[in-house]
Amino acid sequence: MNHPIECHALAKRYGELAALDGIDARVPHGQVIGLLGHNGAGKSTLIKLILGLIAPSGGRIEVLGQSPWRAHALRRRIGYLPESATFYASLTGRELLDYLARLKQASRTQVTTLLERVGLAHAADRRIGTYSKGMRQRLGLAQALLGSPELVLLDEPTTGLDPQATRELYRIVGELRADGRCVLVSSHLLAELEPHIDGALILRQGKLLAAGSLHALGEQAALPAQVLLRPREPAMSELIARLEMGGLLTQTRPDGRLELQVPRASKLRVLRELLADPAVVDLDVREPTLAQLYDWLGAGPPSTTEVPA
Amino acid sequence: MNPILTVAAKEFRDDFRNRWTIALTILFALLALGIAWFGSAAAGRVGFTSFDATLASLTTLGAFVIPLIGLLIAYDSIVGERDDGTLLLMLSYPLARGQLVAGKFLGHCGALAAATLAGFGLAVAIMQWMQPPEQMMQAWLQIGRFIFSASLLGACFVGLACLISVQTTDKSRAAGLALIGWLVSVVLFDLALLALLVISGGNPLERAVYPYLLLLNPVDVFRLVNLTTLGDGAGNDLLTGMTAHHTYSPTLLYALLLVWALAPFAWAMLAFRRKEI
Repeated sequence: MNHPIECHALAKRYGELAALDGIDARVPHGQVIGLLGHNGAGKSTLIKLILGLIAPSGGRIEVLGQSPWRAHALRRRIGYLPESATFYASLTGRELLDYLARLKQASRTQVTTLLERVGLAHAADRRIGTYSKGMRQRLGLAQALLGSPELVLLDEPTTGLDPQATRELYRIVGELRADGRCVLVSSHLLAELEPHIDGALILRQGKLLAAGSLHALGEQAALPAQVLLRPREPAMSELIARLEMGGLLTQTRPDGRLELQVPRASKLRVLRELLADPAVVDLDVREPTLAQLYDWLGAGPPSTTEVPA
Repeated sequence: MNPILTVAAKEFRDDFRNRWTIALTILFALLALGIAWFGSAAAGRVGFTSFDATLASLTTLGAFVIPLIGLLIAYDSIVGERDDGTLLLMLSYPLARGQLVAGKFLGHCGALAAATLAGFGLAVAIMQWMQPPEQMMQAWLQIGRFIFSASLLGACFVGLACLISVQTTDKSRAAGLALIGWLVSVVLFDLALLALLVISGGNPLERAVYPYLLLLNPVDVFRLVNLTTLGDGAGNDLLTGMTAHHTYSPTLLYALLLVWALAPFAWAMLAFRRKEI
């Protein structure tokens, strides 16, 4: 079966500027994929190409088995939540969804169900102008789900949402994944996004830095695990000496805990030794985070001395 | 439902919701009644008198007001969506860009036509009730022609507003261009023609060209549709001066108004298709 999104040497240029350059990527069914990159990395351009709003300057993109450029009917199978969603302030939430359902030729019975699903049933007949930013964002999610799309694109979906609404949003994203839909989430909030995605596409200055499952990306980066130790007071200096000799100790924290960076290859052996060590009172293991992976890949914004591609 | 009609129905409803249509209906009815009642005040009497004179005044006034309203209700139709951040959302739905422009054009034209019909229709009904002119059937025909041509004139400027809206990048620039468009077509064009007439000093060849120059401006075509069918003395001075020895086919005039309505709109559709989003 085809992947919902397939890019082959995909490129988009705006005059001299290469917004996207030689992107090769596939996004599988039934997964939630993070689309990561700093501002200007090419995320919005990629989303516009997926929606068929702009034509590629080179290479090829296929969405749900066809070229999306001006394929209007294809958009019935795609849901999209734009960044900082704003809607017609004079319409009510229900009227907006009714209007958009008509455009998408989706069943209008979905409107009430979706309003309930995103927790807006109580405000359905209020004007959107009176909605808070979080409510507008939830309305945006509801419209993205009209017509039960096979592919859902969410651009910074949690902007303006409180923690509970954010959890609700990711619960719905999880339901979409369980239902076999593909969800592409563009976000800057790496720590928030990490527990909810299966993989990532990481862009920098229009190029694809990395793509794959989080596990595979972690293996590829082979970043060390972080271990925090609480030493037993009398034996502390002897323990520090041993750790320094092994090249593991990086710093002593103000709360007295020792911070170690343990290479992936020796992690289990070191942990066994530490657990058996009477000088260790407590330990805490932290796997490399998505943010660390992101930094390791150098996905941050380009420095000012760097010449743009 | 066809996406064009879905968008058109939404725009039509929005114009009602924003009180545009209702305000215009009241404005048109008051203007028509005011002109009809006070039109002869200078001659020392008030009340409904000559229907031809009333319609002539309405035509002059409509030629000023209707283009302005057409531009005002539609100048932000696309650029406004871009400013408000809803354009990308709309284009992510299964409708072609041309369909979005067409829907907005039809919706605004419909709202303007509804206000014209309701406002002027109401005024004529009141005139007839207060003091029926002798040849009421003729009056209804004339007002029907006026309402139809006014709706077409409105469509010309809604189309121009759509074109401006597609080609500009912010609402304030679009509003400025819309006002310039109004000034050129309603005021400056006729002034330029008048200046030409004076400068040429009645050169017969050039005089022969003027009746055709008038056809280049939809506002003048609208005036010709309505004024050339009225009785003597009801016409406008510039028009009667320029077109004294010329008769226009009504079909040609309506066809021209239609072309003027469709040309900028078609241009707007094509331009929007090529626009980088």
